[in-house]
Amino acid sequence: MEKDNQHIILKTKYLAIGYASKKERTVVASNINIELCKGELVGLVGVNGVGKSTLLRTLTNVQNPLSGDIFINDKNIKHYAALDLAKVLSLVLTEQLMSKNLSVFEIVALGRQPYTNWVGNLSENDMSIINMALTQTNVSDLKHKRCFELSDGQLQKVMIARALAQDTDLIILDEPTTHLDIYHKVSTLKLLQKLAKETDKTILFSSHEIDLAIQLCDTLIVMTPNHVVSDMPCNLITKGVFDSLFPEDLIAFDEKTGTFRVKK
Amino acid sequence: MALSILLVFCFLANISLGSVYIPLNEVFNSLLGNSTEQETWQHIIQNYRLPKALTAILVGSGLGISGLLMQTLFRNPLAGPFVLGISSGASLGVALVILGSSFFGGVFAVFLISKWSIVIAASLGSFLVLLAVLMVSLRVRDTMAILIIGLMFASITSAIVSVLSYFGSAQQLQQYIFWGFGSLGNLSWDELLIFFIIYCLGLIISLVSVKSLNTMLLGENYAKSLGLNIKRSRFAIIMATSLLAGTITAFAGPIAFIGLAIPHLTRQVFNTSNHKILLPAVFLFGAIVMLICDSIAQVPNSDYTLPINAITSLVGAPVVIWLLVRKRKMVF
Repeated sequence: MEKDNQHIILKTKYLAIGYASKKERTVVASNINIELCKGELVGLVGVNGVGKSTLLRTLTNVQNPLSGDIFINDKNIKHYAALDLAKVLSLVLTEQLMSKNLSVFEIVALGRQPYTNWVGNLSENDMSIINMALTQTNVSDLKHKRCFELSDGQLQKVMIARALAQDTDLIILDEPTTHLDIYHKVSTLKLLQKLAKETDKTILFSSHEIDLAIQLCDTLIVMTPNHVVSDMPCNLITKGVFDSLFPEDLIAFDEKTGTFRVKK
Repeated sequence: MALSILLVFCFLANISLGSVYIPLNEVFNSLLGNSTEQETWQHIIQNYRLPKALTAILVGSGLGISGLLMQTLFRNPLAGPFVLGISSGASLGVALVILGSSFFGGVFAVFLISKWSIVIAASLGSFLVLLAVLMVSLRVRDTMAILIIGLMFASITSAIVSVLSYFGSAQQLQQYIFWGFGSLGNLSWDELLIFFIIYCLGLIISLVSVKSLNTMLLGENYAKSLGLNIKRSRFAIIMATSLLAGTITAFAGPIAFIGLAIPHLTRQVFNTSNHKILLPAVFLFGAIVMLICDSIAQVPNSDYTLPINAITSLVGAPVVIWLLVRKRKMVF
């Protein structure tokens, strides 16, 4: 599949990820070549412990790659200053907020930090971007609520709104659907799909909801211990990638429905 | 706004109250530079009460602000200005001068135990501990580790103080314990000027850190993703705290409680975590509470002056307990 070069937001070249200490190198995955385009919703799936988090940590510059390069908007991630990176890449993490006493508006407003002056005053432009982010994620009504009053599903939306307010080309979410019931999992992923389309931002998330990801994503990155493939979900199904994703003793992939079934 | 007026009121009340009764209009006269009925009154106010009230403002606001910085940095409501071992460092310095003077010999000891030597010892002590903590903070990635290392430094210094007290004479011990009570008085205008300059430095660094403090409310990883240089912000925050808490301890002794309680008091009253509001509010609250505590400590119209350190806890602790019980929810 040929992709138009101009619209590639994130690109990795022969990327190897893992942990290096003075004594030894632990390679988690290597030879990763992925390209993410503008306005795409991309899911990252794989079994527990295969290195999804390590890949996300590397892509977000939290840890360094063992070898290879990562490009965001054709610029090597190594050459970004912290503040410039914050203007092209925003995150939604699984970690708990430190202060649950912040109001929804305050949290979303903190997304504007890379753009504000030294005391963090919000300009009119900042305000309109914050309000747009609140509207796009349907949390405008919650604006004045405090975080401890929110449900997990609402809080997740607020954190997505915060990332939107940061106004970056790329948003990366680490397992945004954990702790949510099936309805709110779908609602969160549908929201991401809508946002990718409407705002033309590239949204990458890791998830264990392979069924849902197959139905909703434009592209899937599948991580297995031996290699990392990325393609459109339907192509991946025809290639039979999902059949070999898990050990075969308990579940099997059903190609017709695109779901996993428990073996009887 | 109401708080600023309250501050001015407390400031005047603090100056008017004391062991010698001075009528309020005479207090005004003296403050405005006019002559008073009795010359002693003018002397008392200009050289004793005015510097003491100003010291109270600096101490209260400085401790409150450094407590706020530490609580946000360490994400811990129990943190205070002294968690990094600043007061223990100061105690060690003072203990070495007072208790250790017997080791240095008689004549030398008389020379050593002047007020300036205690101020210098306290500053040196807190500065050295601070330096150690700052070096560690640049090398350690985890903020919590810094907290524990600060506590370890405190343990080491208090252990050394214990050993010194064991060998100290009763008179020396008493002198050391009196230093530990804290004192707002006894500062000359010269000393106050030096105090004020260092205090301002700390205050300016705190003001510049407001944005990063707010960003840190999201947690360190989010803060980093927003382009915040965690190590640099952390360094600035620790630096501000050390300047504020360090000079305060040097000039007024280890004053407990204010630094821990004032930020909680302020958060309860204003119900916000935004440092743009909290920082000035903590400044005002800290100054007001300290002025009130000092007014109580001098026991108006009597000759007693109670240890300020006891009064801050006696007055402040019930207030914080009452606020927490009433609201049933801790704001943090």
